[in-house]
Amino acid sequence: MRQDLRTIRALMRRGLNEILRVPGGAVPGVVAPTIFMLGMAAVFGKVATLNSYHGVSFLAFILPVGMLQGAGFTGAATGVNLARDIERGWFDRLLLAPTPRPVLLAGFVASASLRALLPASFLFAVALALGVRWPGVLALGIAAILVMGLAAAMACYATLVALRFRTQQAAPLMQVGSFIAVLFTTAYAPRDLLSGWLGAIADVNPVTHVLEGARQGFVGDVTWAATWPALASIAGLVLVLGLLAVRGMGRQGL
Amino acid sequence: MRRAVVALARRALVNALRRPQFLAPLVVFPSLFLAVNVGGLGATRGLQGFPKVHGFLDYQLAAAITQSLLLGGVSSGIAVALDIEGGFFDRLAASPTPRVAIVLGRVLAASAIAAAQVVYFLVLGFVFGASVQGGVLGVACVLAVGIVAGTGFGALGVLIALRARSAATVQGIFPLVFVVLFISSAFFPLHLLSSPADVVARYNPLSFIANGMRQPIAFSNQAWPVIEGLLASAGVAAAAIGLSLLALRGRLRDA
Repeated sequence: MRQDLRTIRALMRRGLNEILRVPGGAVPGVVAPTIFMLGMAAVFGKVATLNSYHGVSFLAFILPVGMLQGAGFTGAATGVNLARDIERGWFDRLLLAPTPRPVLLAGFVASASLRALLPASFLFAVALALGVRWPGVLALGIAAILVMGLAAAMACYATLVALRFRTQQAAPLMQVGSFIAVLFTTAYAPRDLLSGWLGAIADVNPVTHVLEGARQGFVGDVTWAATWPALASIAGLVLVLGLLAVRGMGRQGL
Repeated sequence: MRRAVVALARRALVNALRRPQFLAPLVVFPSLFLAVNVGGLGATRGLQGFPKVHGFLDYQLAAAITQSLLLGGVSSGIAVALDIEGGFFDRLAASPTPRVAIVLGRVLAASAIAAAQVVYFLVLGFVFGASVQGGVLGVACVLAVGIVAGTGFGALGVLIALRARSAATVQGIFPLVFVVLFISSAFFPLHLLSSPADVVARYNPLSFIANGMRQPIAFSNQAWPVIEGLLASAGVAAAAIGLSLLALRGRLRDA
């Protein structure tokens, strides 16, 4: 058990080292959600004058969307990095090590969870500078947990894709998964303003609960009624995608 | 000269079709973005000052086309950068191929891909209930503005690739596509944009290009917005092709 934890920590450190050694690699994950958040606020900001937004600024409304997008991109980057390791043969050497496959996966996923805090923190700082109100420590803590959870879930999904296609060229497939998961929710508008088809998708998309849970402190008060569905959804996503990824890892090298 | 341009354009097109992973993002991401915008922000039609349109999809279609064409420019740039990295460009430069054809061949391929992108989005729009208010002439106007704009963005991609010489660097300009798009009136009416985006959008060529395509789709075949769109597209294309040729000359001199 202790050895497994050391392995996970080593893989996490390797993932974090990439930020220090190749800072340019982390830029797209930070820059893209920031541009997206600021751009959307500049273009569609006036939509917040509609009654359904209850007087909340559009920037505050979409800040959690940006944070979750950053988490999604970070999770996808884990898959791209794994595909690169597969292409270069490093992953094969990893498989030869006397380490259980789930432990390897846990290392990748834990690294993604930690790294997802980088874009989320940057976005939060930018939004604060532009006038979004301080949401409180509890709301921030819940948002951080959900951001880390979504990064873990997306890392599991991207790992599945990487193991299936074994090439970095599958990167768009990894990114599009998180793109759809985050945006086909109440990302831009409250539920009552969504068109019929998007509302129907948002209702069954578990990431809608995650988004609403992360958003609650920025647009109002933190409530248990918004928190528990978010925590349950993210736990379910990590569990299901994690099991699938573990199964995928188990099939490697057979 | 003409044969060399056509041959290089054909090669670029064949290469693009062989690597669908580079072509797919040109339509997949703008299509998803279009879907989310239309489904999530349709209520913005109720804002005071929003022009009367048949549907929000009609209004957003031009934005999706513009976004897709810009991504097409990035894709052209990546293809040129890969040619440079792979050594094909140097072999081409050593051959008796006219220098201008190296740029024009790639730009011609970008034009053909742009035509396909515009047709794709128009068909997508029709399938989901959009209509072109300008009729057949309106479709021709959208195609004209879109193809010239796609040519210009393709040439911009070539220019950046010739300066950067690295596919990773060209790939890095991807977020900038969204920056220039957000500070235009591609997605939303100019007078409803927040400051300072509205000030920049007033002079951003993308505003004219998107409006040039939007006018016949969402409103009517009023000539001036279409002409402005064509002029802006042609301006971008002429400037980018000219600068690409200069960059090519500089690169060959360095070699």
